[in-house]
Amino acid sequence: MAVSVDEAVSTGPAPDHGPPARRLGGRGRSVVEIALLTVLAVVMLFPVLWMLETSIKENRDVYAIPAKFFDFAVTLQHYKDVFVAQGDGRTPVSVNFLNSVVVAGASTVLATVLGVPAAWAYSRFAVKAKKDQLFFILSTRFMPPVVVVIPIFLMYRQIGLYDNKLGLILIYTAFNVPFTIWMMKGFVDEVPAEYEDAAMLDGYTRLQAFWRYTLPLLVPGIAATAVFALIFSWNEFVFATFLTSSDSVRTAPPAIAGLIGGTTTDWGLVAAASVVFALPVLVFAYLVRKHLIAGVTLGAVRR
Amino acid sequence: MGTVAAQGLRKSFGKVQALDGVTLDVPDGSFFVVLGPSGAGKTTTLRAIAGLEKLDAGTVHLDGRDATGDAPAARDLAMVFQSYALYPRHTVYENIASPLRARRCSSSEIAAAVQKMSSLLHIERLLQRRPAQLSGGEMQRVALARALVRSPRAFLMDEPLTNLDLKLRVEMRTELTRIHRSLGATFVYVTNDQVEALSMADQVAVLKEGKVQQVGTPTEVYERPANQWVAGFVGSPPISLLTCRAEGDRLVGADGWTLPRPRWATAEDGQALLLGLRAEDLSVEQRGDASLSGELYGLEPLGDRTVVDVRVGTEIVKVKARPTVSGTPGERLSVTVDLDRAHLFDAGSGLSLSEAGR
Repeated sequence: MAVSVDEAVSTGPAPDHGPPARRLGGRGRSVVEIALLTVLAVVMLFPVLWMLETSIKENRDVYAIPAKFFDFAVTLQHYKDVFVAQGDGRTPVSVNFLNSVVVAGASTVLATVLGVPAAWAYSRFAVKAKKDQLFFILSTRFMPPVVVVIPIFLMYRQIGLYDNKLGLILIYTAFNVPFTIWMMKGFVDEVPAEYEDAAMLDGYTRLQAFWRYTLPLLVPGIAATAVFALIFSWNEFVFATFLTSSDSVRTAPPAIAGLIGGTTTDWGLVAAASVVFALPVLVFAYLVRKHLIAGVTLGAVRR
Repeated sequence: MGTVAAQGLRKSFGKVQALDGVTLDVPDGSFFVVLGPSGAGKTTTLRAIAGLEKLDAGTVHLDGRDATGDAPAARDLAMVFQSYALYPRHTVYENIASPLRARRCSSSEIAAAVQKMSSLLHIERLLQRRPAQLSGGEMQRVALARALVRSPRAFLMDEPLTNLDLKLRVEMRTELTRIHRSLGATFVYVTNDQVEALSMADQVAVLKEGKVQQVGTPTEVYERPANQWVAGFVGSPPISLLTCRAEGDRLVGADGWTLPRPRWATAEDGQALLLGLRAEDLSVEQRGDASLSGELYGLEPLGDRTVVDVRVGTEIVKVKARPTVSGTPGERLSVTVDLDRAHLFDAGSGLSLSEAGR
């Protein structure tokens, strides 16, 4: 079709072509988008929703067929069962939760205390074969835990770390330190070394310079890194299953899994325990979300 | 007291030889400028003196005492960084107080010293701000105050004026000279700006690719450059270098021109030379005995003067002229040369031949 120059380069008011054609780039796409996102949201959120519902249903509603989505009696009995034993005293699951707190907390603290100075050293100093060392450190994370769990089980049994909270703390620390070093090195790289140079000329030692002027700038990064380490330790299942047996040592993930099975499964209790288990990390991540996002994007950018 | 002596400093970063035997002798109380293009090793030299860089070889003596292995804190030096390196989480007050805190001074002493420095540098009203709330010029003053708040052996300054705009830079140049004079302290000042070097220094060391090319007063470096490279680096517009050779009592250019051979030139017959001519030692307006003929190539009016580019054969000669000079490109011109002020360099080694004969 021939188009005259006047038509193509019109300077007058645009001729009325009606509303702009609906194409994939227009509003049509956002309808498709919304539909797809809704499907995704339902698929992703349904298990969570179902867990929440089950945890507050009475037992007969839990097993009701057809399943009750809305009209069921609400009870908090399952939550009470998680913490309070039948007669008196604490339930095994509550002990497991406490173990999880101790193990995840201690291993996160240890990994941070070891990893942050290491990351600083790798970032600041000329270390021989630095890249090879860093790659080696990272390579310890290539292996899935399940590959090493049997040898570690055998070693732990020999040295008395089997069924021992210290054993779990050490193995989680070992898994978190490489991650901490790599993530923290990114943050340390972002802090100009000149602050420390200036502090040393002011009269501080290198360590004082790090402590006074670099460390405060690393706090967001440390928070972000620690959250990731904490989430790993908190959720870890394989090592916890293989390396512990008694309820006084076992952490929550294998303990909750252990509630399923036997002749009957108290699904209400499982759901309530799962909710209680999921909450701390959610709350913690929400509290430090500012650092988390700042940290992740900051650490990712290389100058 | 505050002498700094660096002897044979060598440092390489991977394959790059940053310092290749740098030797500097900074007398007590002098304003010593290390001048060179970027990548010449100026900052590395300064960091080596400060103890921030581990040397491959060489020694650093402070006040005559070997301080080569000493920690930066033990050297009693103060440094102003090019990036200023102000502590971002601390107020201006705390930044300036940092060197005194490191020395465990009492808070009343600190308050007095910070007060004194901030009034000297006119930053009293900034004391409670943080570095992010300061302009470039203010940051520069704070960095200076942090260095000046105590009396170290020597002050090390790493291109402290580079990040400032031109007007501020000119102001701070005068101010730094004033501060240096009033303190009587030793300054080691690194810059790539020859104007800073020539206007502020007592002594200039010209550095290129990790080697010291020449050390001398600004006048010496400008008037008697030790080699062709120094002659080309110092001076604006840059010196014009013409290829020629000595023949009897004449200098014969590669392009066929001839000039009387200066009396002081000790070159052998046939030796390949470079004739260095500064723009102010040439004229297109006056007549003299020695002249080159060429054609007008371009005019560069600079307000107070005009730089006339004259093509002599295939080479361009820059001539300083009055601002009113005019002409059309291609026009024939005669350039009068003040041969007494010309420079001759050996074309092979680049070394100056002017020195021996003068």
